[in-house]
Amino acid sequence: MQYLLMIYSAETAEPEPGTPEFEAHIGRYLRLTDEMNEAGVMLDGRPLEPVSTATTVRLRQGETMVTDGPFAETKEQLGGFYLLDCPNLDDAIDWAKRIPSAEFGSIEIRPIMPLE
Amino acid sequence: MREEWGRVLSSLTASLGDLDVAEDVLQDAVVAALRVWPERGIPRQPAGWLHATARRRAVDRFRRELNFRTKLAALIELESAREPLEGRLDADIPDERLEMIFTCCHPAIARPAQVALTLRTLGGLTTAEIARTFLVSEPTMAQRLVRAKRKIRAAGIPFRVPPSDLWPERLDAVLSVLYLIFNEGYAASFGEHPTREDLCLEAIRLGRLLVELVPDEPEVIGLLALMLLHDSRRPARSDAGGGLVTLDRQDRDRWNQTWIHEGLDLLDRALAAGRPGPFQVQAAISALHARATSHAETDWQEILLLYRRLHAYRPSPIVELNAIVAHSFAEGPEAALAVLSELATRAGDDLRGYQPFHLVRADLLRRTGDDVRAAAAYDDALALTANAAEAAFIRSRRAELSPD
Repeated sequence: MQYLLMIYSAETAEPEPGTPEFEAHIGRYLRLTDEMNEAGVMLDGRPLEPVSTATTVRLRQGETMVTDGPFAETKEQLGGFYLLDCPNLDDAIDWAKRIPSAEFGSIEIRPIMPLE
Repeated sequence: MREEWGRVLSSLTASLGDLDVAEDVLQDAVVAALRVWPERGIPRQPAGWLHATARRRAVDRFRRELNFRTKLAALIELESAREPLEGRLDADIPDERLEMIFTCCHPAIARPAQVALTLRTLGGLTTAEIARTFLVSEPTMAQRLVRAKRKIRAAGIPFRVPPSDLWPERLDAVLSVLYLIFNEGYAASFGEHPTREDLCLEAIRLGRLLVELVPDEPEVIGLLALMLLHDSRRPARSDAGGGLVTLDRQDRDRWNQTWIHEGLDLLDRALAAGRPGPFQVQAAISALHARATSHAETDWQEILLLYRRLHAYRPSPIVELNAIVAHSFAEGPEAALAVLSELATRAGDDLRGYQPFHLVRADLLRRTGDDVRAAAAYDDALALTANAAEAAFIRSRRAELSPD
């Protein structure tokens, strides 16, 4: 089964780039990605640029609205994702627990709807 | 048929790989049985009959839905399994109930749905019965069950006993669900009567099943002991008019001694394993009550120590309040009131809307003779009480005071 693991965290809670904490944080992510690859579960996984770089598009009553920023102002924002192929939810949960941002953020696990 | 439901459903779910389908086809089989058995007589292997009939229905259904690749795999497996047409010996139907309990109590399912699913799949209660239990409408409960089963399928919750690294937390969830069912029956929050016998009995039945399936877990045994010891007091817990009778005023001759003996034996067995836990501690507290010939002769000091141990496992206001009540019988109501004030200062706003806090406070004040403050506290408790029997009890206590 395929699962999308969405990594949410408050951007202020993430380590600052350039700091040793940041280097350690990235290191953990790289090691986790390697483990996922070795386990054969990795389909894709990317960090996202900060929410300030987001653009939101809506079509309402024939009008296109393009706005600066995320779709909604939330305390935690989407910072990255993993797309994994796991046998069951427990496996996906196990991987989610190891995502470094899980310690101060939230990992939402959503199953991918199969196309029949 | 209720007895067989859980066992047959669990086995079907394992072989069909889908709880929803398994429930549907088993329901069909039950309908068929109710039609056919009165005419032809109950088969010698009733569970086997249900199991085989349900499987046949599943095969028909999968054949009709052949466009789904996943169902094809299941269909092939079903048709190739070497099964005698009339089904197996009841004793040979594989017991997948442990798999079922853990699936129903998976953390990805919300607690109310865990409870509803457990009662439906293992308890064999109908949706209507479960809805009545939790005072929601039948469509609401049906929706809750549908959503939970959809979650199991769509999110890929595996139908299995969890691996050893997940065992402690998952077993804890199962025990919590069973205890929740028991508590709902024991101290019904919104009923006309102080207890609901059928739920307590269902929880005990499930507790026995769990002990049978998981015999070497002391907390599992501890939970069953706890429920038996608590329930042993049920005959004394309501009076002729259906009113609530508290522990200090219960007629101990009405306690169910058979269950007390069984509970005490089970507790000994659990403790012998040397792996204490919160359910064993709670059972030990209940055992001390069960052994005491009267309220006054209860070992309150020991109970107080046990509540402190329980608090270390499960810190919560209710445990602290119970400890304070024990303290009041060990050291007197004034001493207990002092501890209660300290708790109120510490917990502050959290306790203001908490009925048991006001009730305990009222009772302690009553026992010190401060009728004025006691009356006010009983009124505070009353304002937060939904159970009619409990409200009547509080009013009767208040009526015993002379606050003017």
